[in-house]
Amino acid sequence: MSPWRRRLLFGIPLALAAAGGEAFYVILRRMQSNDYDPHALPSQLIGKRPPAFSLSGAGGMQGFANTDLAAPPKPMLVNWFASWCVPCREEAPMLAKLAASGLTIWGIAYEDDAQALAQFLTQNGNPYQRLAADADGTTAINWGVYGVPETYFIDKAGIVRWRYAGALTDEVVATQLNPLLAKYS
Amino acid sequence: MIPELGHFVLACAVALACAQGVVGLFGPSLRDPRALAAAPVLALSHFAAAVLAMLALIWAGVVSDFTVENIADFSSSAVPLLYRITGVWGNHDGSILLWCVILSLCGATVALFGGNLPASLRSRVLGVLGLVSAGFLLFTIAVSDPFTRLWPPPTDGAGINPILQDPGLAFHPPVLYTGYVGFSVAFAFAIAALIEGRIDAAWGRWVRPWALLSWCFLTGGIALGSWWSYYTLGWGGYWFWDPVENAALLPWLTGTALLHCAIVVEKRESLKAWTVLLAIATFSLSLSGTFLVRSGILNSVHSFAAAPDQGLFILVLLGLTIGGSLLLFAIRAPVLAAAGIYAPISRESALVLNNIFLCAIAAVVFTGTLYPPFANLLFGIQLSVGAPFYNQTVLPLTAPIILAMGCGPLLAWKRADLLPALQRLWLAGGAALLVFLALSATRHVIAGLGLAGGAWVVLAALIDLADRLRLFRVPLGNSLARLGTLPRAALGAALGHIGFGVSVLGIAGMTLASQTVVVLQPGQSTQLGGYTWTLQDIHDAPGPNYTQRVADITVNGLTLHPSRRFFAAQHVTTNDAAIHTNGFQDIYAVFADEPASGGAELRLNNHPLAPEIWFGGLIMALGGFVSLSDRRLRVGAPSRKRKPEGAVA
Repeated sequence: MSPWRRRLLFGIPLALAAAGGEAFYVILRRMQSNDYDPHALPSQLIGKRPPAFSLSGAGGMQGFANTDLAAPPKPMLVNWFASWCVPCREEAPMLAKLAASGLTIWGIAYEDDAQALAQFLTQNGNPYQRLAADADGTTAINWGVYGVPETYFIDKAGIVRWRYAGALTDEVVATQLNPLLAKYS
Repeated sequence: MIPELGHFVLACAVALACAQGVVGLFGPSLRDPRALAAAPVLALSHFAAAVLAMLALIWAGVVSDFTVENIADFSSSAVPLLYRITGVWGNHDGSILLWCVILSLCGATVALFGGNLPASLRSRVLGVLGLVSAGFLLFTIAVSDPFTRLWPPPTDGAGINPILQDPGLAFHPPVLYTGYVGFSVAFAFAIAALIEGRIDAAWGRWVRPWALLSWCFLTGGIALGSWWSYYTLGWGGYWFWDPVENAALLPWLTGTALLHCAIVVEKRESLKAWTVLLAIATFSLSLSGTFLVRSGILNSVHSFAAAPDQGLFILVLLGLTIGGSLLLFAIRAPVLAAAGIYAPISRESALVLNNIFLCAIAAVVFTGTLYPPFANLLFGIQLSVGAPFYNQTVLPLTAPIILAMGCGPLLAWKRADLLPALQRLWLAGGAALLVFLALSATRHVIAGLGLAGGAWVVLAALIDLADRLRLFRVPLGNSLARLGTLPRAALGAALGHIGFGVSVLGIAGMTLASQTVVVLQPGQSTQLGGYTWTLQDIHDAPGPNYTQRVADITVNGLTLHPSRRFFAAQHVTTNDAAIHTNGFQDIYAVFADEPASGGAELRLNNHPLAPEIWFGGLIMALGGFVSLSDRRLRVGAPSRKRKPEGAVA
């Protein structure tokens, strides 16, 4: 190997490290300007309509199908929850507050048992205008639900604009949900 | 007052580390014996200052001084004493301080035990360590100060994360950090050698014990961490390919490669530039592993504070350390010429093969870990890389290592014959084949391959050892006498390989694990793994800062007590798994939930050979320590090329 090729070869590690460092710098910059969130869970439903499903009602309420979500009169939320999930209990007051503010929330109870669900709703209140039961969890798989609680924002055209995995908090509502509501209503 | 003192000695440590860096690096060119003698003294005092700072923080933890933000956020008066101490390094700022203390410990160790090194080399090594240490101490004091006061102080602290309230936390981070940071010494040796422009067999002999020592700690730390997650997280798994775990695995892979090729430098004066590059890469991976995970760039289940402002500081530090060392490598390394030549079939080639595959695995793990943020950057897509990717890519690369590991140690240096080596191993090969056939007959092909590979490695190392001891060919007493005179390095290498084989057996055994989730009422039972599991009772039991519900399960005459612990301060419930092991099989029960309908939701697991995973890690680390006690490392062997003092610079 000629000496300059040898020199070039020995410079490769430096070049790789420099490229990596530059990339990390860009990522850090984007994290600071909130362009990139490494903890975000991507949803393939964003920008699409929910996949076909038809679920029967639960807790004595009317169920719904994907066709019912095709053109809601105003933007709405679909909230996945379960009576056995602890964060869902923590989230309940926030959902009640949102429902009281006039936002339409439909619920889907994920792999839940009718009796436990009824108990959950008496204890934590019922913010839902419609409530469906996904007893075997297949609809959740089609939606790409990561875990409960999970909330989807659907605009007037019936398209999913936002998904949040985890319990809704004041901060999430203020920084993410309220801007969406302002944009799409 | 004590926290202010801690803060002050931390500032002293920064100053001393800077002085150590400057004096250490430039002292040798002054040709003044006083300058050469200064670096070790500075290293020791820098270490003392860092330890005092750590002690001040531990003191604040022990007396529950909630005016210190770090203690108020991560401890409380109800936390038991042990966890008030270990909790100090269970959070971001404290763990960075621990990291710095261990880095200064490395410098102090070189200052104390580096007496057999040429004074100029020792001074330069200490100089490099001092500069690195100064950078990270500066980081601690500037953006991640563990002594920040909080006013007004809360009446009680927020409490420790319940998952971390475990004896495993007491030992896992210090051991793992010692492993990570220990490679700084090998790194400093590499940089010092590049500055001096000279690498010879003596250098290989000097650098290897340091690399070996940190390798032992890293192996032990990884095994402990994996064991800890196995028994506390209650998932029944031992490795999750999480970025934090990968961050520990990467330096382990390159560090293992470094250990092997440092032998080639020592014995044959070959692979010099490659060894230097591995030493730089291993410490760079340790650094980026510790700090990139904390910068919040990588999405991990391990919760560390994500703070982008710290991220930039870290990135600049990493850039200076890694970029600077690689720049030096690019300039100085091309002149390092290899002395020894060797045939394609030889011990050297076997070690090169080992290096190629270890580095290939490291490259795959590195790619998988960094792909999500880079894919987002380049293509704007969000994705995650999980266990299926690693299992499919890492396993095929491990197979050749396992095959080569068996016969590598039997090959001679320079030129060897493969056939006689393989003939000596016919027993190991036959046994491995039998294991594979037996298991693939019951359609467990993957488990069969793994168990066969493990058996091959263990038996090959044992046969090699037996041959060296002439076991069964001479009377037993003679064999034992031979064991006494066998070079400890050879014994250590055999133990290291046996340990790896035992771990492979454990990992392969775990693929045969069976699991079930059942809801049982007291008195009911279920079947799993050939055992009857009966839920006897569910009852309350007291705890220091938690209340718990305990399920009594009887299996095969044993009683297991998995519990659900409720920590009132944090509103967190943890599942404390109950594990019974007989050394070759774990039965593992988790009390997952108490359904509203009564009874207990239990997750029951039967894990064949699971204990071997960590047992193997222990044997590997033990092998490293045995090898460290080798005579040629204990007795400061003279360097082969004696050069007059001062001709070096």
